[in-house]
Amino acid sequence: MLTEMTIANAIEGLRQKEFSADELTRDHLKAINLLNNRLNAYITVTEKVALGQAKAADEKLASGDAPMLTGVPLAIKDLFCTKDIPTTAASRILENFIPPYESTVTANLLKDGAVFLGKTNLDEFAMGSGNLNSVFGAVENPWKRKGDDAFLVPGGSSGGSAAAVAARIALGATGTDTGGSIRQPAAYCGITGIKPTYGRCSRWGIIAFASSLDQAGPMAKTVEDCAILLQSMAGFDPKDSTSVDREVPEYRAACNRSLKGLRVGIPKEYCASGMSSEIEAIWQQGIDWLKEAGCEIVDISLPHTKYGLATYYIIAPAEASSNLARYDGVRYGHRVSGNSLDELYANTRGEGFGVEVKRRILMGTYVLSSGYYDAYYLRAQKVRKLIYQDFMNAYEKVDVLLTPTAPSAAFAKDEHQDDPVQMYLNDIFTVPASMAGVPGLALPAGLNKQGLPLGLQLLGRPFDEETLIAVGSAMEKAANFTYKPAIHSGVSL
Amino acid sequence: MTDKQKDDALDIKIVQRVAKLSALAVKENELAIYAQDLGGIIHWVEQLNELDVSTVEPMVGAENAKLRMREDKVTDGNCREAVLSNAPERIADFYAVPKVVE
Repeated sequence: MLTEMTIANAIEGLRQKEFSADELTRDHLKAINLLNNRLNAYITVTEKVALGQAKAADEKLASGDAPMLTGVPLAIKDLFCTKDIPTTAASRILENFIPPYESTVTANLLKDGAVFLGKTNLDEFAMGSGNLNSVFGAVENPWKRKGDDAFLVPGGSSGGSAAAVAARIALGATGTDTGGSIRQPAAYCGITGIKPTYGRCSRWGIIAFASSLDQAGPMAKTVEDCAILLQSMAGFDPKDSTSVDREVPEYRAACNRSLKGLRVGIPKEYCASGMSSEIEAIWQQGIDWLKEAGCEIVDISLPHTKYGLATYYIIAPAEASSNLARYDGVRYGHRVSGNSLDELYANTRGEGFGVEVKRRILMGTYVLSSGYYDAYYLRAQKVRKLIYQDFMNAYEKVDVLLTPTAPSAAFAKDEHQDDPVQMYLNDIFTVPASMAGVPGLALPAGLNKQGLPLGLQLLGRPFDEETLIAVGSAMEKAANFTYKPAIHSGVSL
Repeated sequence: MTDKQKDDALDIKIVQRVAKLSALAVKENELAIYAQDLGGIIHWVEQLNELDVSTVEPMVGAENAKLRMREDKVTDGNCREAVLSNAPERIADFYAVPKVVE
């Protein structure tokens, strides 16, 4: 099965004519046909489009003038607008939306020759940590606890992308990360993901959730594969007002950098009370690996860490309530009629949005409304500044931070908490970096006693994704994470 | 519902007002649930009151990606059909909505 390849191997194999882009794509489509009914990782499978792109890729490869990703089959989170292909944000309100344009990030990947297998499932409008808030249903994590068939969540919001990569039904995928939506599902599914620095990848054409936090990034089996994808996805885009005009370095070249003398910070506040001993042990393991690689380990403090989540759950809903005002049932999307225009708006939005989205719109509207703005929203913006300064102070002493990615391994669907605050705690380690806009990389470090993957997270200086890639590569070698989930393209169900 | 959840719950009237501001139709039987959920979240985020932020400047976006100004000129256009292609209801080249002016 060609689905076992890494992107780096596939790029090489295609050029050596060991297999064609058509064969590589067909193997993936076959595996999707077998597994997707169960996993529900893809909302839309674009078989015809993919085969057409694969054919074009083979012609390019034959001509000898093929860009980097020519013929590489990828899954695209259904939050990226893709021209003439349904784009839903996993919401009823966009059930029938067909964008007449292509997002910048996906356009970059297409320009580099990628093949798109389809659009992956997610939490509605990327709001969630378990992929349980999708109008198209939950995604099943391909990993299983030992001797137990319980339905585990893949994490969220990029749960479909993470499950697709883990199950080998895509060589790589795009995700978006607002408070951890790439890193946390990567941890739950035993894959690697990068949330780049805010401003590194264009937001243009990505359905907006919280605009000061949203950032696209790659998800794949290895650090090197993520570096290859990020190379294509990143870059300045005049169509995104906060895109940063800064050269994109050769990310892949950073994979083999020496770590000698690199200072790695261990933030004491991430040692949350009640942290499971397994998470603590894997964190210590990561520290030991980096010591062996020649790094200096430095204890540091990010004093405002504990306020990250509360700050996030004011700022993100506030921005969401404003961004989601555009869904009015008039210009696009689901529409429910009413006797007046106001009634049409309210009925459309009441029926078109799911519970968590409505909860966040209400929360956001509340904290922005007159009388509450200063007490909640303005205060949260100030605390955000303190969180940002914590990181900047830390980066005067160290080059990179090492933390766990999530407070636990993947949880079962029926263990999910009805209390929204309990659910929000899944993002406790990922949210602070989002608030600060700094880049993060999540990678699998080992398995827990139940046989589920546990992840570690590296956080870097703004625009220093290269150090994350360098350190991540070294940890990947040390971890030698070769485990596969119970459900993947090589098994029959 | 525990006593604590009851104590934290928002006044139903506030939920109704916020729902109206949000242009969201909320069913009668959902009001109490949102009152409880939102009350719980609001109570939880009030932990930020522990901090003295009187001398801190608010952070509007990530500090490394400042908003750029662009030239005020047309860069795209003549794509009326593309713009209207997703309209749930249209009449000729217009979006159709219920009558707003008597």
